[in-house]
Amino acid sequence: MDLSVQIGSLRLTNPLIAASGCFGYGVEYADSVDLSSLGGVAVKGLFLNPREGHPPPRIVETPAGMLNAIGLQGIGVHRFIREKMPELRARRATVVVNICGSTLDEYVELARILSDVEGVGALELNISCPNIKEGGITFGCSLTGTYDVVNGVRKVTRLPIIPKLTPNVTDVASFARASEDAGADAVSLVNTFLAMAIDVETRRPKLSNIVGGLSGPAIRPIAVRMVYECRQMVKIPIVGMGGIADARDVLEFMLAGATAVQVGTANFVDPFIWTKLLAGLEDYMARHQVARITDLIGALDTGAREKEWTSS
Amino acid sequence: MPIDVEAPVIDNRRLSGEYNVLALAAPGIAAQARPGQFVMVKVGHGHDPLLRRPFSVFEILRDASGTPTGLTILNKQVGVSTSRLFDAAPGQRISCLGPLGKPFTVDPPGEAWMVAGGVGLAPFALLAEVLHARGTAMTLFYGARKAGELFYLDFFAQLGVRLILTTEDGSRGERGRVTGPLEREFAARPASAPVLTYACGPEGMLAAVARVAARADRPCEVSVERVMGCGMGGCYSCVIPVRGDDGQPHNVRSCIAGPVFAGDAIVWE
Ligand SMILES: Cc1cc2nc3c(=O)[nH]c(=O)nc-3n(C[C@H](O)[C@H](O)[C@H](O)COP(=O)(O)O)c2cc1C
Repeated sequence: MDLSVQIGSLRLTNPLIAASGCFGYGVEYADSVDLSSLGGVAVKGLFLNPREGHPPPRIVETPAGMLNAIGLQGIGVHRFIREKMPELRARRATVVVNICGSTLDEYVELARILSDVEGVGALELNISCPNIKEGGITFGCSLTGTYDVVNGVRKVTRLPIIPKLTPNVTDVASFARASEDAGADAVSLVNTFLAMAIDVETRRPKLSNIVGGLSGPAIRPIAVRMVYECRQMVKIPIVGMGGIADARDVLEFMLAGATAVQVGTANFVDPFIWTKLLAGLEDYMARHQVARITDLIGALDTGAREKEWTSS
Repeated sequence: MPIDVEAPVIDNRRLSGEYNVLALAAPGIAAQARPGQFVMVKVGHGHDPLLRRPFSVFEILRDASGTPTGLTILNKQVGVSTSRLFDAAPGQRISCLGPLGKPFTVDPPGEAWMVAGGVGLAPFALLAEVLHARGTAMTLFYGARKAGELFYLDFFAQLGVRLILTTEDGSRGERGRVTGPLEREFAARPASAPVLTYACGPEGMLAAVARVAARADRPCEVSVERVMGCGMGGCYSCVIPVRGDDGQPHNVRSCIAGPVFAGDAIVWE
């Protein structure tokens, strides 16, 4: 059975990637999880400089999901390269570095710096974090902004670049198209949905930042639909995510058109989820006689439904 | 190394209408757990509630030969998860991940003073047991809302722990906050007598204990409880400001850098 997939020039041994912001810098899990057994590890979003993030409370649970407003706390790219990359290399992790910028130049500078670092497998451009005002999502909510960031980064790196799209737009597929036009190797989606929760007794917002991003099983059907829409619009690989909690969920994204997937919130619930997901995929492939997992990408069968639709 | 166990409930002992002690058969976690560490617990496999909840390891259970067989948690019913834990039936399986976090120092140079507020008693049963085995002289300053919410007094008494109790309504021990007697005890001790203070409870209490200990020029360790998402350092939810080498406050993850911190390291709000 072949579970490997290809994202640009990067080969993943399987389609499972730990989602950015949900797996620390990877090293936190290195004693519990064999990092080399994951398709990839997307690390916490990095700016050039360290950031303290938002005050607590930073998360709140909602039905089948959670809101977060971490505010991209992070150690900055230089400390990441110095303090975290050596262990990630030693553990043979396939590292996807999630980068964030307040300006176009910051994305470009980050890409330039990381291109020279041994062991970096790909760059995920976070233009979709809903929790910070400056930069980031302002690029991700504008087609020209998205194009410019991807194009700017493309000029300085040969690493695979994967812009991460926000679902908080009217037509996410057009952003996938802008990314492809600008030279992206793949797109990843979705980041979290901008959302809010209120304590009615105190009349106060439950998050210090007032609003935050919704993740977890609650968002999965919307995320799957968005992957499906992007699949119609672009040829580059799609990395799908949003609420994946078991192998069936992974398959749902792949059938909708994802080449690989990321798992975020579910890792909080079960840090040992990875072996279970892999076992579930292998079981499915055995039952359905699928030799290569790539055969499942976009293998959604809409034929019967379309026929039913037109004949009724 | 943390492990995840589908632990059968061995026993559910109600202490009051709100508090219970839940015994879980998790020998692998129990064998590793040290005082001050915690487990992340989830009741049921559904998506609602979705996330685990952190609990201090309250006691380690052992068989006749002394081999760890399980652990207990001290639970207070406040929300959906804690209500399910309050109602858990023997035999029911509960997912238990741990042990997690940095433990307390267990080799205090002199006396050990434990300061507990309410459900903040949780880490001290195991700490008292370990310190008892070392022959450390111990005092427990234990504050609650009312007499009916002071638990496990016999347990601590049997370990030779001196008890100093306070209640908010004065129904048992001294009326008022637990920091009152703590201050007096510090004043009554010669400054040369080494005392390590341990505190767990509401953050306001922890800040007050840290201040009192600092004024008495004594070290103290506090166990904080922040809203936690994963317990493993993955999510950056449970941060608390800690003074860095540069003298500035920096948010650190209380799940992996704590939950035990030096009282003077934290920048209290
Ligand atoms: C606590 C938390 C922190 C996150 N931080 C980041 C981040 O730093 N960069 C990023 O691109 N996405 C971040 N995300 C979004 C996730 O990577 C992912 O897109 C989203 O949570 C949906 O997947 P899930 O439902 O599997 O969690 C974060 C999500 C959560 C819950």
